[in-house]
Amino acid sequence: MRILVNGAWRETAAADLESALREMGWSESPVATALNGEFVAVAARRGAPLADGDRLEVLAPMQGG
Amino acid sequence: MLALYDTELRSRLLLGTSRYPSPAVLTEAVKSSRAEIVTVSLRRESSGERAGQAFWSIIRALDVRVLPNTAGCHSVKEAVTTAHMAREVFGTPWIKLEVIGEDDTLQPDVFALLEAARMLVSEGFEVFPYTTEDLVVADRLLAAGCKVLMPWGAPIGSGRGLNNRFGLKALRAHFPTVPLIIDAGLGVPSHAAEAMELGFDAVLINTAVAEAADPPRMAAAFAQAVEAGHAARLAGPMEPRDMAAPSTPVIGKAFLG
Repeated sequence: MRILVNGAWRETAAADLESALREMGWSESPVATALNGEFVAVAARRGAPLADGDRLEVLAPMQGG
Repeated sequence: MLALYDTELRSRLLLGTSRYPSPAVLTEAVKSSRAEIVTVSLRRESSGERAGQAFWSIIRALDVRVLPNTAGCHSVKEAVTTAHMAREVFGTPWIKLEVIGEDDTLQPDVFALLEAARMLVSEGFEVFPYTTEDLVVADRLLAAGCKVLMPWGAPIGSGRGLNNRFGLKALRAHFPTVPLIIDAGLGVPSHAAEAMELGFDAVLINTAVAEAADPPRMAAAFAQAVEAGHAARLAGPMEPRDMAAPSTPVIGKAFLG
């Protein structure tokens, strides 16, 4: 299936959000996630289903004012 | 001591972490400022880039508190979701709540701000709302459970100083015991000193330090200005007069005409 990750389409076969993050190299990173605009906490990533066309935001610490 | 949500702080200068020429300069500027709170944000990161992790390591090594922001959010939904994400990543209930309503001035949308503040307070967040000097909005934010307010000095990044001195003085006078932090728009240390002389509890500076030719030196200058302004406020500044008043006593002056 194709999902939109941080604005770019990606192919994934991951069954859930936790697997998708691992597949994309984020499993050890301090990131927060939102699926289709809804926050998904770390504890809820396993078992959070992904569907074709989903929008995933993966945010990391950045400089801010 | 400055108390923000039961956290006591010695420094009255908060520093933003954006726009520095390099991570090393950022580190030196934070040290020079003696700030105990720095603001941070969340942004998209491409996998494998690790910029976020590198930045977070730098901040953690500085041993300062972080105040995550919701910069760039234009709706209640965006701001509330960003706050949830920030709480998880940064491990703090503090959130500098920004909901932008107008892109030229980056003026806060105070209606959305209030709605988002209510939601976040009910969920246990300790909200630092970026607001205007509007007294009614301030009153509503406090009623919603905010215990700190962050009124703007001038539009973000403008460096103009205190745009509405009268309005800010009125805000200070109306809420004498609420911690008020001037956020945004200060350009030089004299602006920070002026804010502190008016009785504000602290200032947040970013662009004015980050875009200085020598950010660590400017950070130190702001720290001194904040301390001087706060000391002056405690000392009780004189009221300005319209006419001259000789400072040297007139009595006893020799007649030499």
